[in-house]
Amino acid sequence: MYRVGIDVGGTNTDAVVLKGNEVLAGIKASTTEDVTSGVFEALEQVIAASGIDRARIGAVMIGTTHFTNAVIERRHLDPVAAIRLGLPSGAGLPPMVDWPEDIREMVGDHGYQVKGGYEFDGRVLSPLDEGEIRRIAGEIREKGIRAASVTGVFSGVNDAMELRTREILLEECPGLSVVLSRDIGRHGLLARESAAIMNASLLRLADKTVQAFGHALEQAGVKAPFFITQNDGTLMAADTVRAFPVLTFASGPTNSMRGAAFLTGLKEAIVVDVGGTTSDVGALSHGFPRQASTSVDIGGVRTNFRMPDVFSIGLGGGSLVKGTPESVVIGPQSVGYRVRQEALVFGGQTLTATDIAVATGKAEIGDAAALASLDPELVTAAATQMTEMFEACVERARISAEPVPVIAVGGGSVLMPDQIGDLQVIRPENFAVANAVGAAIAQISGETDRIFSLTDGVTRDSALAEAEAEARAQAVAAGAVAETIEVIEREDMPLAYLPGNATRIHVKVVGEMGALAEMEVENA
Amino acid sequence: MPDTRELTYDPADLWELTLDDLEALEVGAGILGTGGGGNPYQGKLLTREAMKAGHKMTILATDKIADDALCMSIGGIGAPVVGTERIREGREGLRCLQGMEELTGRKMDAIVCEEIGGANSMNPLVAAALGGLPVLDCDGMGRAFPEMQMTTFSIYGHSSTPSVMCDLHGNRVVFQHAVSEVFHERMARACVVAQGGAAMLATAPMPASFVRQNAIPMSYTKAIRLGRAVLDARRNGDDPVATVCALEGGRHVFTGKITDLKRHLRGGFAVGDLELGGFDGFQGQTASIAIQNEFLIFRREGEVEVTVPDLIIVLDVDTGYPITTEMLRYGQRIAVLAVPCHDLLRSARALEVVGPAAFGYPEIPFTPLAPMGQAA
Repeated sequence: MYRVGIDVGGTNTDAVVLKGNEVLAGIKASTTEDVTSGVFEALEQVIAASGIDRARIGAVMIGTTHFTNAVIERRHLDPVAAIRLGLPSGAGLPPMVDWPEDIREMVGDHGYQVKGGYEFDGRVLSPLDEGEIRRIAGEIREKGIRAASVTGVFSGVNDAMELRTREILLEECPGLSVVLSRDIGRHGLLARESAAIMNASLLRLADKTVQAFGHALEQAGVKAPFFITQNDGTLMAADTVRAFPVLTFASGPTNSMRGAAFLTGLKEAIVVDVGGTTSDVGALSHGFPRQASTSVDIGGVRTNFRMPDVFSIGLGGGSLVKGTPESVVIGPQSVGYRVRQEALVFGGQTLTATDIAVATGKAEIGDAAALASLDPELVTAAATQMTEMFEACVERARISAEPVPVIAVGGGSVLMPDQIGDLQVIRPENFAVANAVGAAIAQISGETDRIFSLTDGVTRDSALAEAEAEARAQAVAAGAVAETIEVIEREDMPLAYLPGNATRIHVKVVGEMGALAEMEVENA
Repeated sequence: MPDTRELTYDPADLWELTLDDLEALEVGAGILGTGGGGNPYQGKLLTREAMKAGHKMTILATDKIADDALCMSIGGIGAPVVGTERIREGREGLRCLQGMEELTGRKMDAIVCEEIGGANSMNPLVAAALGGLPVLDCDGMGRAFPEMQMTTFSIYGHSSTPSVMCDLHGNRVVFQHAVSEVFHERMARACVVAQGGAAMLATAPMPASFVRQNAIPMSYTKAIRLGRAVLDARRNGDDPVATVCALEGGRHVFTGKITDLKRHLRGGFAVGDLELGGFDGFQGQTASIAIQNEFLIFRREGEVEVTVPDLIIVLDVDTGYPITTEMLRYGQRIAVLAVPCHDLLRSARALEVVGPAAFGYPEIPFTPLAPMGQAA
């Protein structure tokens, strides 16, 4: 049985075929407006390139930036009734208070604040005002709104009021799509609420997109189930994406980092994904991207998604090289994907970072003779500066003093030197389609992040155990094989300024996907 | 009660804040938080909403108000991490003001900021605007400190009780009398847990003459100027670290990468140690910073160089944005700035409360960054 990984980016749709741990083929196709035809094209190309029998494809894993782009480009967003349970808390900061005006208007600016919610230790903040929920339901019917989000204060500690609110809404408005914040995000009300609202506004697009993927597979005659990768590099079933599209928001960089880990067999490393305009840099820990600890902006909206701690520098294959040997400037301007027409080595008129890599002999692409008239001092100065830029970002991404290797992936990775400071640079085979490889190998996860009150016999250890059990149950429900599940993140943070009875616990587990685990048994 | 007071200042002297000023204040107050003080983001949003609703945020210089005008200091108390989930209602500060006026039977004339560093920079603005009062251009710390008795008001003899503490539910607690400032802090902390972990507290009113003499002056002017300079530097591609040093009369003491980070909790406070390896002009050097909610002690090669109450400010090397102690992580590239604290924090009396010994370092004497009288 084979696994197919597809990465649907803004410009390219990449696909790979894997047999066990071996990459049989990798291709790049163009992304299309309707999604279906691009995915179909990529599938056909990669099946042809690998020469496999399509009936023997066991699973298709898709990574997509479609939903992120919808938010950034303000397209395909539906109106949402954004209901918050927490009055009197937060009365002065209504839902979407910190959103840019254009996107707030697009989702309708229907914010509602209702009495409800909990305190940090599980006490009731205010009893839920059920009458008010029914009144709001009436308004939702009148306005014809089809999606709602429900966010309760400290719903991570107790989700009963969010659940009850959904029950009432569905009684009053059958068919309404209701998103609960406890399913979406973590501690931090405004950011979690914003994520829940965005999720609700993307539900219809999610439905259409998942259908488009399904159609592409059908057209290509691939009968295998398909999965979609989420921010942390693990998989969701297609139906889960229909319910939680926001969980795909940062899957792009995650997939390329996971792909880098897989292609090299390394679990602790720095990954540099060099594209045409920028390089994304992040750290692998236990084979997974390290997660960001601060809030992440999506299209101007603060969220607290589980995002990889990846940052970008303005250096890629198409970066412009300007100035003199004394004051050379590289990027952030770039010719981007047009590098194959505009760089000097490709017969163009623009001096790019790729030309410098060829001039120094690091890369053998295009026509090196086109560089004959370049000032050697400028080449040396530019090469030195590129190395310094990579060194600075790798140093920033490093998470321990231990020397770890640096993995270079992406189309522009010829720019990377072989050594960065005291660290060795590794360029795996198939580096250009690492993102599709990352999708192909994704696993299934479960996660708990909430505040536990250490009273009434609850100890730190018992709370940690409870959190782990919750995360495991989540992973199994999502399709993981229980025996393969391992804990990859476990941390507890006692809350400052409070006596030692409250602690925030975060546990994350991953396991192999059921279908694949069975497949391996079948192969054996 | 009927409003029979006469205006104790000339309205022409009021400085009305703009939305732009608020954005700058968020950045400036974050820098002056010296690693602690909580994030001013939500406070900024609340202030902004109040402004959009038509409330005026006004600042008044301390020398533009009558000597006997009554000034009430106000600040948030509790766990910042609770506040990010259970957001304030918005009128807690206003209820403190009303509570204090009922308790004392007197009208307040102005609001005073307890702590300009971090989230408490915004709290007085909301309360004052809703109550129709100005905020005086000063504060009780000139930075951030973890406890209430660490204001210059308390240090120089003001008894902070009777105080009024209001939560988002509408509960109002009055601390009629505390035998010491530390006792007041201890009781308020115990009470805030019952209130759900966060509340607003107003301390006993002070005459303007006392504030003028004992507050850190021009706090809002300076914080806004600082924030604006950093935002401008970022926009223009200038070095934000140099910008902050120049404005605050500070010294850029180190640039380095975090090579080790140890944290634990002691008595409800986040305590830790940060190790740094130098680069740029500090290549080959090592340094460390001791943390207790804020940055307390800076050492180079094991030798103490800067200590609390002087300000140890940690900025992201590239953006110039302040890094708080909870944002620290291995590998971050940071610039460390030392800024002399105000003279009011350097007297023997002040050092008993906010010097190294008060934070558990009795063996470290306070070595001032600049001689008295020359501080920013």
